[in-house]
Amino acid sequence: MLKDDNRKIMLDKVIKEHHFEESSLLEILHKAQETYGFLDKNMLNYIAQALSLPPSHVTGVATFYSFFKLKAPGEHVVTGCLGTACYVKKVEDIMTAIEHEFNLKRGSSTSDGKLSLFITRCIGACAMAPNIIVDDEVIGKANKEIVLERVRLALEGGGRRS
Amino acid sequence: MKLADLQKIAEHELDFQRAYRYRINVCCSSGCVPFGALKVLKAFEDAVKEFGVEKECKVARTGCVGTCSVGPAVVIEPGDYLYQSVTPEKVREIVRDHIVLGLPVKGMLYCNEAFFKKQHRLVLRNAGKIDPSRIEDYISMGGYSAIVKCLATMTPQGVIYEVTRSGLRGRGGAGFPTGQKWGLVARSHSTPKYIVANLDEGDPGVFANRTLAEADPHAIIEGMLIAAYAVGAEKGYIYIRAEYPLAIQTLQKAIAQARGMSLLGDNVLETGFKFDLELRFGAGAFVAGEETAILASVEGRRAMPRPRPPYPANSGLWGKPTLIQNVETLANIPLIIQNGGEWFSKIGTPRCSGTKCFSLTGQINNPGLIEVPMGITLREVVFEIGGGIQDDRAFKAVLVGGPSGGCLPETLLDLPIDYDSLTKAGAIMGSGGIVVIDDQSCMVDTAKFFTDFCVEESCGKCVPCRAGLVKVKEIFEGITSGTGKPEDIAALDKSGNYIKEASLCGLGQTAPNPVLTTLRYFRDEYMEHINDKKCRAGVCFRNMVNEEAEK
Repeated sequence: MLKDDNRKIMLDKVIKEHHFEESSLLEILHKAQETYGFLDKNMLNYIAQALSLPPSHVTGVATFYSFFKLKAPGEHVVTGCLGTACYVKKVEDIMTAIEHEFNLKRGSSTSDGKLSLFITRCIGACAMAPNIIVDDEVIGKANKEIVLERVRLALEGGGRRS
Repeated sequence: MKLADLQKIAEHELDFQRAYRYRINVCCSSGCVPFGALKVLKAFEDAVKEFGVEKECKVARTGCVGTCSVGPAVVIEPGDYLYQSVTPEKVREIVRDHIVLGLPVKGMLYCNEAFFKKQHRLVLRNAGKIDPSRIEDYISMGGYSAIVKCLATMTPQGVIYEVTRSGLRGRGGAGFPTGQKWGLVARSHSTPKYIVANLDEGDPGVFANRTLAEADPHAIIEGMLIAAYAVGAEKGYIYIRAEYPLAIQTLQKAIAQARGMSLLGDNVLETGFKFDLELRFGAGAFVAGEETAILASVEGRRAMPRPRPPYPANSGLWGKPTLIQNVETLANIPLIIQNGGEWFSKIGTPRCSGTKCFSLTGQINNPGLIEVPMGITLREVVFEIGGGIQDDRAFKAVLVGGPSGGCLPETLLDLPIDYDSLTKAGAIMGSGGIVVIDDQSCMVDTAKFFTDFCVEESCGKCVPCRAGLVKVKEIFEGITSGTGKPEDIAALDKSGNYIKEASLCGLGQTAPNPVLTTLRYFRDEYMEHINDKKCRAGVCFRNMVNEEAEK
């Protein structure tokens, strides 16, 4: 069960606004992720119950779409754009450099939970490729040096964090 | 609200705009915002006040002008002076010289006329010119007059006739004749009927639909209204990627404004016509762009395609007749109604009328968003509009149509861009991505990259796509790591063609395109990888080199 707090009140309100309809499942998953940051098993079960759907159906939908995060992300998040334009502009080199320097693989977090590295398929700023997003800041026309420096700064506590 | 009221709003708005001598349009689309466009907007607002010219100079927040590589972009009217890479620090100088003294700041202007010369802006007619958050701006450009014309003077059949006569074909990629599709839905007897506007631009490297939604949301809404009137639908959904927050915000605001003016709702413009629409959010699934998959997703399920028939025109959302249309197609509709189908049919080529928006990216001098008439050649797009290859490097290939498009070589640069020519060459129109590749990229690696993408995005429903692509990926891993065998070429060719022929939906049917086109046009690179263990771009075999160095 979810803790009774403002976040739950907000989520319940949205579920009610959608009249508990099956077709609003994606909207509700979006709202839940926006409010809680990620969707764990507990949350998926709660939504399943609220919409009178089998938990397997809700879990199936949540795992099908790559936008939904099923685990809590690290304190700082680096996301590399692996769209075609960024790939052609060698974003792979930057990603490998981050993996080496901070000893983590894409799609995971460091063991201390400080840093997560994700990939995304195109943020649509292709003319500025390659793009790397550090926390909420998009670094366009990025290179290894700038990105590594920015991540180090974030980890030292100097970066902005929303 | 009636037609006369609409004209009144348009005239009032035009008078209001004429009161200003200058208009400063600051591009605040997703391409420019990450690079400080909002700060530039604020700086302009402050600077016009500082110089005391706020009464004669309107600062507007607009959508994209297309020159995304030199953002933030600012256009000053009259004269369409385009300033590039504007920073808040440069703003005072621009206002002082251009507005107060009347002398454009030459050093900061974008002086690349070639980028615009061969473009033909229909769908993007208002992009970068109007403030997308103000419905009055759209109305002042003649907006919503097409739906008024339909409701007042045209029958639904008449609307479908005009659209058919225009020769407009679906801009989502497959190129199905739009008028014919509307006819199918209109003739379907079951009710209610639905419209789904496809804004799930899942192709990496493509941002044309998003830019349209951010720059001119009302054009999409008006197109949907006209389509709804023609086919008899009462409810519409715009299915949009959740990764496009600004486009979502812009559309939400536009829908609310349209409702406020009774352009949407139970009694549109007091004519008794009923239509309303809602946004539905995608969640990062490439396959959701497929027409039966998008229906599953709107219904809140996994976006998995189903066999057709039944076609959505007969059995779509919740088993009811549904018209599915790309937003770019819809944005063309108001123009066709205003100017007539015949006018539209004369733009582009006889078999492929109109224009197409492309995101032009990759190793090219002028990347950005362009709109060109159908039938323009790839050479014109890459070398004239795109300004050629960056750093004067050698052109190698142009990828047309996203991750399931085709890689075309230099010998095909004179190919005209239309649905049929592209398909014949092994590529597709897709949703409109053109990525230019130079000699720093390896074609084998590029084909592998797209295969990896399609493996991840395959929904897993049918075997050829789910298992076949994994097999293709394994062969690629062998070739790029040094264990490739000569028979791999035939295996790739065979598997690719199997997947193409046997897959259920468009994703599987087009996924092998990059593989098959690179095999067709760049076979020598494959042979080098297999026989000589050599990658001329120096991209593959990296692990091998490292291992040797460690020894």
